[in-house]
Amino acid sequence: MSGTKKAATAPKRKFSLNDLTDSNMLLLITVVVFLLMYIFAVVALGGGFRAPQTFLNILGAQAALIIGSCGMSVVMIIGGIDISIGGVIALVCMSCAVYLDYSNGNVFVAVLLALAIGAAYGLVQGFLVAYLDIQPFIVSLAGMFFARGMTTIVHTEPFNVQNEQFVALKGTRITVPGLGTTNRLGNYIDAYIEIGVVVALLVVIVLFCVLRWTKLGRNFYAVGGNKQSALMLGINVKRTKFIAHMICSVLAGLAGFVYFLHVGSGSPSHASGLEMNAIASSIIGGTLLTGGVGNIAGTFLGVLSLSTIQQIVSSLGLDQAWWTGITVAVMLCLFLVIQSVVQSRKAKS
Amino acid sequence: MKKNNFLKDLVGRQIFIPIAALLVLALFNLIADPAFFKITLGTNSTGDPVLSGYLITILDYGSELAILAIGMTLVTAASGGQDISVGAAMAIAGSVTLKVLCGSNTRPETLQAPIIVGFLVAVIVAMLFGAFNGVLVAYFKIQPMVATLILYTAGRSIAAWINNNELPVISDPAFAYAGGFIPGIPIPTTCIIAAVCVILIVLVMKFTALRLYTQSVGINESSARLNGLNPEMIKILAYVILGVCVAIAGFIKVSRLSTINYSVIAKDIEMDAILAVALGGNALSGGKFNMGASILGAYVIQFLTTTLYKFNVPSAALPAYKAVVVIALVVLSAPTVKDKLSGLGKKLKSGKQGKEGA
Repeated sequence: MSGTKKAATAPKRKFSLNDLTDSNMLLLITVVVFLLMYIFAVVALGGGFRAPQTFLNILGAQAALIIGSCGMSVVMIIGGIDISIGGVIALVCMSCAVYLDYSNGNVFVAVLLALAIGAAYGLVQGFLVAYLDIQPFIVSLAGMFFARGMTTIVHTEPFNVQNEQFVALKGTRITVPGLGTTNRLGNYIDAYIEIGVVVALLVVIVLFCVLRWTKLGRNFYAVGGNKQSALMLGINVKRTKFIAHMICSVLAGLAGFVYFLHVGSGSPSHASGLEMNAIASSIIGGTLLTGGVGNIAGTFLGVLSLSTIQQIVSSLGLDQAWWTGITVAVMLCLFLVIQSVVQSRKAKS
Repeated sequence: MKKNNFLKDLVGRQIFIPIAALLVLALFNLIADPAFFKITLGTNSTGDPVLSGYLITILDYGSELAILAIGMTLVTAASGGQDISVGAAMAIAGSVTLKVLCGSNTRPETLQAPIIVGFLVAVIVAMLFGAFNGVLVAYFKIQPMVATLILYTAGRSIAAWINNNELPVISDPAFAYAGGFIPGIPIPTTCIIAAVCVILIVLVMKFTALRLYTQSVGINESSARLNGLNPEMIKILAYVILGVCVAIAGFIKVSRLSTINYSVIAKDIEMDAILAVALGGNALSGGKFNMGASILGAYVIQFLTTTLYKFNVPSAALPAYKAVVVIALVVLSAPTVKDKLSGLGKKLKSGKQGKEGA
């Protein structure tokens, strides 16, 4: 079992890296790598990276991924996996788009629709995984197939949403005071963020608190660390697993709406491969797929690292499509090897 | 009573799940349209005799999946996880084959190398990528799904990179033999290739200790080590064998098209391959495996796909139906459900007996 449960506060002596728990160690690595990368980008590439707006744009483009990755981290902490979130996002986008355009619907009902799709997914997948003991990979694989198929059954062709209420909401920008820049003409331009970013940040904060300070959150870690001991501690393992899957799927539904808000269209190919990016972000953020170790703050940084490196690659002029895939893979490889080394270090000591 | 035992024995066997699924599908097709099972001998556009019919289509298009299922079963058994990079690796293997055959010209009049050389180079490259996955899993102790996520992310990019994102087209008819028909032989070549692979793996299973070693590593790695096995090597071996399977399947895929499309070729085939293993009743957490059941599982999936196509299900909506079938199968074979069902059966029986007694 990993050393998560060990007290994080080291006794008062000379600080050494060995005092860190797995969780903190991995988080520290993520933070350092992210900062180094961003500083490198600012120093070497300058230009766009110096403007806070670039950072906020990254946030805006990745809001759905942030929400999805948070859900993924929760499931990974209990030792499961959910590869259906990309499909759920596509399904939510398409359903909301059809609802808004064909029956001229209300945006708030669309939000409810998105959450309901997520909840339905969580209900079925959670039940199958927790109470019928079916491998989460297979369940969510079928879930992914189902969502992708259903998306095309709902509507085959991609299309843009014209609904006025929605378009107004999509265009809403929230200005961030103090981060604006002056352009070449000397005019001050306010920095702004999209609504999705606010939602994503709220999700990160709430989930961070839940995992850290609530009984439910600690139960997640206990179940993921060692199911047997968790059971002996009197934790309802099945219910905990069920809730984790429920959280992940509802968040996928929410991420779907945020994604929809960002792109403003429905398409069967939306968010393809997003589940893999979410898994990669969680891993880069220090979540172990074996369960029991993970941190939402790390996941958040994981998403940011992933998108920063993509930005760096494209601004280095390596804009052939394949470089993005290859750099992300190299980064993932690096982090996996680091994780592996950290874990074996723990096992030895 | 004896019959009952036989039935119980049959149901208890691992291969029961794919066979039952196959029978259900066959029965469904028989009722819906008996012409499904008709096989006719016709001639194709070049005037050679070819067999055609839905069953032949299933055998033909199921070949890649069956070949992948062989490797995937070994990987699942040895490492307790699945390789999700096979689709991307197939794109690489196909890309390498085309690169070797075409050289720098994307539309060559004559091939730059014999076809077999192109194939062998692809095999070697795929084996190397398999070994890469294997090393990550065996020595760095990364969960297989995550370790192969790396190649999954990069694979299609690497494939595009190899050919500089151009799409070479091979016009030599000999290149299309592997994915179509060899003149004079009415059976699709893919079926022959798949059969050769199956026979090879059966022979390997029979005459080497591969099966035993793989299973013992999958069941308990440390006791396998104590018994003098080298679990790392066996895991890597499983991934390398999967690499060979990937190269063969990739070669068939590019041979079918005579060209390649990096982002679409063999898309989602990893999911089908994993499903084939699961359908075969193999535990996805490793250990014991049944190769025959996996291969049968692959054909069941192709059977299902072909059936759905026959009923005019659009290809994009196909996954939804597949998912329903998969969930139904997995739920029925889940241990908890099985226990409940057998408990229910016993209750019914005892109730009956009680009534008879009264």
